[in-house]
Amino acid sequence: MPGVSDGLVQARGLRKDSGDVHAVRGIDVDVGRGEVFGFLGPNGAGKSSAMRMIACVSPRSGGTLQVLGMDPYVDGPKIRARIGVVPQLDNLDAELTVRQNLEVYGRYFGMSRAAVRAKATELLAFAQLTDREGDEVEPLSGGMKRRLSIVRSLVNDPELLLLDEPTTGLDPQARHLLWDRLYRLKRQGVTQLITTHYMDEAEQLCDRLVVMDGGLIVAEGSPAELIGRYSTREVVELRFPLDDAPPVAELEQLVERLEVLPDRLLLYAADGEAVLAAAHQIGIRPLSSLVRRSTLEDVFLRLTGRRLVD
Amino acid sequence: MTTVDTTATAPVVRSPAVSSWRAVLLVMEHFWTWYRRNWRATIVGSVVEPLLFLVAFGLGFAVLVNNGGRLAELTGGLPYIVWLAPALLTMNTLQIATFESSYPVVSGFKWQRIYWAITATPVTAAQAGVGHLSWIAVRMLTSGVVYVAILVPFGGVRDGGIVVSLLAATLCGAAFAAPVMAFATVVRKEGPAFGALFRFVLIPMTLFSGTFFPVDALPVWVRPLAWATPLWHGTELARGAALGSLQLWPSVGHLAYLVVLLVVGMLLVQRQFRARLYR
Ligand SMILES: Nc1ncnc2c1ncn2[C@@H]1O[C@H](COP(=O)(O)OP(=O)(O)OP(=O)(O)O)[C@@H](O)[C@H]1O
Ligand SMILES: [Mg+2]
Repeated sequence: MPGVSDGLVQARGLRKDSGDVHAVRGIDVDVGRGEVFGFLGPNGAGKSSAMRMIACVSPRSGGTLQVLGMDPYVDGPKIRARIGVVPQLDNLDAELTVRQNLEVYGRYFGMSRAAVRAKATELLAFAQLTDREGDEVEPLSGGMKRRLSIVRSLVNDPELLLLDEPTTGLDPQARHLLWDRLYRLKRQGVTQLITTHYMDEAEQLCDRLVVMDGGLIVAEGSPAELIGRYSTREVVELRFPLDDAPPVAELEQLVERLEVLPDRLLLYAADGEAVLAAAHQIGIRPLSSLVRRSTLEDVFLRLTGRRLVD
Repeated sequence: MTTVDTTATAPVVRSPAVSSWRAVLLVMEHFWTWYRRNWRATIVGSVVEPLLFLVAFGLGFAVLVNNGGRLAELTGGLPYIVWLAPALLTMNTLQIATFESSYPVVSGFKWQRIYWAITATPVTAAQAGVGHLSWIAVRMLTSGVVYVAILVPFGGVRDGGIVVSLLAATLCGAAFAAPVMAFATVVRKEGPAFGALFRFVLIPMTLFSGTFFPVDALPVWVRPLAWATPLWHGTELARGAALGSLQLWPSVGHLAYLVVLLVVGMLLVQRQFRARLYR
């Protein structure tokens, strides 16, 4: 793991209050160069509030924050010159063309017209939008707009990329294309901070992540570490008829931990098939059963007692 | 076409942060890029409307005003159209100022959200606000040039003094646009708010600020209201310049009023843009 001195982002006791709302209640974050770091959490956890402070567009209410070794209070514009931001809500200029969006944005970073033209050409290819470069943004699909937002954030060759829910609202194909693009950027050494509700996204992309809830960090580690620490290797999902009370007490004897969800039971165990066989033995007959590997979703359930909402 | 191998880990030249002047110019360049694609929609405001006004007021209204025989006394012997032209120019500029600083500003925050995009770059919130205001000033100036060109064949332009009128009109427009922009940053229901602004501020101002008849023709108790409007000060300056009748101290007064309004408005714009964008 990179040392703190190498940290691109370093927060200590970082807080954000807006009026009576305590959006972020004191978080410590260290992101090293080249790392892909995730903020995971349900709606209102404070992910976007934290991202906006790191992006130097939202003054902190308390604590300390260093981005690229500088304080956003003092050097906001200098920091912003070297980072790329993909906001949760697209803010493309809908009445300009796809290409103009990239060129106009690049100019704000002090790039020459020739440089933005060349950069736009490169980024359009990267986002597979070359054939739409002359079209206005307004009628583009949500996925295309998102892709454009993401490449727009790359126009200044950022050292640090902040992505706030980059794939929310995209179809599976578009998500995979984006994941591939983000992975390539990682290989180029671009440090990334990603917020997401999607467990699979976090597992795919993040070297390290924090789980946020109610403005606080409730767990931190790599996806595998978190699963190892807070969950079992496997999970058995059982469904029972809606009218019958499920045999919770009997099943609890068989496993390390059990969660009752509105529509099913989750049994946490090292060996799922063995648990299933044991349940059959004592005469339990669920409507359906599924043995799967544990995911970050299970970690989240354990930590917060709630499911992550997509 | 240049193709760059994006998979290579090439060293990159980091872009420097931009200076304040540069930042304001870049915001103007952004709006100019938009305008180049969309200027056709502005033709109604800057060509058709002026033509209608000139035909309706410059020609028709003159006959009515002339009826009492007091017209020559009022205009100092000049044709009514010459007396009216710089005031119409100022009024048109003020209308452009109001429209450009109301809905487009709300759009920048709420609909297109481009201010949020701009402030994710080295450009600051205050620079985004001042840049947009500067763009509005450029729009007023260029529309003003078109307006003057339309005035010429109507016989509304006497001499080169109209250039000073144009500058006065633009200053007047900017001085009004700035506080309107600041207002646009705080409105929550822009429809009713701007409706009220147009109906209860803009239109009365265009009717009672000495555009079509001198403020002296108003009842004594109404005159101070006219004197309080930026349009009256702008119109006095523009008309004085066009007719060659500017007097030193009144002109200094008008200028001071407009400059103070502009400066206060710009400070408000900067403060409001910061408050809205840096939450
Ligand atoms: N501008 C604001 N004014 C007041 N409250 C705000 C503002 N922005 C966010 N909040 C509040 O701060 C808290 C954290 O919001 P934030 O947007 O950071 O959460 P999030 O984790 O990004 O959620 P989501 O997953 O829905 O995007 C919420 O309670 C929200 O209502
Ligand atoms: Mg969010």
